[in-house]
Amino acid sequence: MTIKSMRDALNEALHHEFERDPLVFLIGEDVGGFEKDGQPVEIGGVFGVSKGLYRKYGRKRVIDTPISEAAIIGAASGAALCGMRPIAEIMFADLTAVCFDQIVNQIAKFRYMFGGQCACPVVIRMTTGGGRNAGAQHSQTFYPIFTSFPGLKIAVPSNAYDAKGLLISAIRDEDPVLFFEPKVLYTEKCEVPDEAYAIPFGEAAMPREGEDVTLVAFGQSVNWAVQAADELRKTRGIRCDVIDPRTPSPLDEETILESVAATGRLVVIDESPPRCGLTADIAALVADKGFRDLKAPIKTVTAPHTPVPQARELERAYLPNPRRIIAAVEEVLA
Amino acid sequence: MDHDDLLGAYRRLRLLREFEERTRVEFQTGQIAGFTHLYAGMEAIAVGVCEHLTDEDRIISTHRGHGHCLAKGCDPAAMMLELWGSTDGLCRGKGGTMHIADFSRGMLGANAVVGAGAPIAVGAALASLMTGGTWVAVSFVGDGGTNIGSVYEAMNLAVVLQLPKIFVIEDNGWGEMTPIANATGNRDLAARAAAMGMPAVAVDGVDFFAVHAAAGEAIARARRGGGPSTLVASAPRFYGHHEGDPQLYRSREEIADLRRREDCLPRFIERVTTEGSLTAAELAAVDADIARIMDDAVAKAKAGPRPVPGDVFDHVYARYR
Repeated sequence: MTIKSMRDALNEALHHEFERDPLVFLIGEDVGGFEKDGQPVEIGGVFGVSKGLYRKYGRKRVIDTPISEAAIIGAASGAALCGMRPIAEIMFADLTAVCFDQIVNQIAKFRYMFGGQCACPVVIRMTTGGGRNAGAQHSQTFYPIFTSFPGLKIAVPSNAYDAKGLLISAIRDEDPVLFFEPKVLYTEKCEVPDEAYAIPFGEAAMPREGEDVTLVAFGQSVNWAVQAADELRKTRGIRCDVIDPRTPSPLDEETILESVAATGRLVVIDESPPRCGLTADIAALVADKGFRDLKAPIKTVTAPHTPVPQARELERAYLPNPRRIIAAVEEVLA
Repeated sequence: MDHDDLLGAYRRLRLLREFEERTRVEFQTGQIAGFTHLYAGMEAIAVGVCEHLTDEDRIISTHRGHGHCLAKGCDPAAMMLELWGSTDGLCRGKGGTMHIADFSRGMLGANAVVGAGAPIAVGAALASLMTGGTWVAVSFVGDGGTNIGSVYEAMNLAVVLQLPKIFVIEDNGWGEMTPIANATGNRDLAARAAAMGMPAVAVDGVDFFAVHAAAGEAIARARRGGGPSTLVASAPRFYGHHEGDPQLYRSREEIADLRRREDCLPRFIERVTTEGSLTAAELAAVDADIARIMDDAVAKAKAGPRPVPGDVFDHVYARYR
């Protein structure tokens, strides 16, 4: 057990699975490398997540592609239909808009529309979310949209430990998985075992426990929720359950409903805009199945209904933060 | 082609034609739900290509997919059951006419999104290369599909990775209801594919033998590691874009004329009987057999077991939680 960044934890997961299963391969832009004067020049991914794979496994299993997202996803899904275990990398979640058809009309539906005669075990890795001042087209989350599509599974880790275990599960899964890596968390560190381990999908984590208020958060918002919970506990004696579903699909409804049954108060946090998103989804779930447990109206903390702005001051104003979460908790306790 | 090959090719051509003629008749009775796109007129393309393929080779088809399915060996009765939405259909009634697939035959699905099959078939070809296989992948796309960007993404990637992949472009001159001249800047579709860096030829898609020869060359090249290529084959679409299309964009005379002058079946028959390779009696026996097969397929489809509402939940995931 050592302290590792999320980048290194994800890299370890890829190395474990490449080693375990020769059918696993990685395809995407800049994921591998090339030969120059007979010497390998490794790229290893623009965020460095696939470092070392090209040197170890070569171009046959670490395939650099043109900037052609539809071809990347098509190549991955077609190979998966023929028994391979592809991992496709789309550099930014925003760019799935370029290959939306290949994901939602094709991959998500093969098994169903062909009557169960095939599996499409493809993993699509991508960076997600704001915090790097990357502007409107490189900072969106996109996981709420994909969560709405039956046939896809969605994972959004919030720390290095979960990232490794969830990616290993994703690669071993028989169903297509969209794997969202919050780009600001690549350098965030925690204890991560050296060996391979799988975290099951559909099982929430609860990084903080308390009986006063339930906080449900996704991706990097989990860290803000934890900071808010720690602050509330220290300064006000308010104890919060902080629930990180980890996989919006399948969703661990039970953990959320059980927590709300105990606390009677719910705040849902996500950095996506408010409409048709995961905050509205969780609020609807609890309104539907846990209404009688509620002692106060449900509150959500989200980004506003705007694109993601670039300037530091504006992106700070856009993203949720612990202060806003604390204010929401105070409202549900009022 | 020897005698048996020729007879087999004729049998497939006739099967494809009769399947569509019969589907059209049955569709008009209202028993087949949804949108149906008929392949009649273009049979020589699917058969000319697929006669070279085995069950291990993979193909991906289009919304106009019945012909490709049959040419690849899908069972006509199981297909008709699928059109009827029966649980005995190839996709248990979940797919219907635009999503027929039979993985045991290397048929990875008709695909209702124009052009979408090309990148997916690139993935199948990639799997062949990665596993050291000798099988190839073929995608069928219409002339309308050549204006979809992802087709060129697929072509480029296939060239870059030198994949065993054949792009078949079926040029029937119509993108749904818009004539190709109004939709395509460069009418030379083979030149557009060649510009991506691969061999590309155009043939008369009404001439089975021309398609068969060109496809054979492209497929053999792919099998021996020579990389991808494109085959453009032009052939008329005898019916509308979909069944129910009133075809206000072309005259009855024009359609009748196409039937008279550009029908792959009489063209095939004339050649094989003139050459003396097949006799009129042999052809008639095939026709009778196909008629019987179609009667049987329709009878099975009409009597096929129906899905129950609970079936809606099956086959979304291998496992969900």
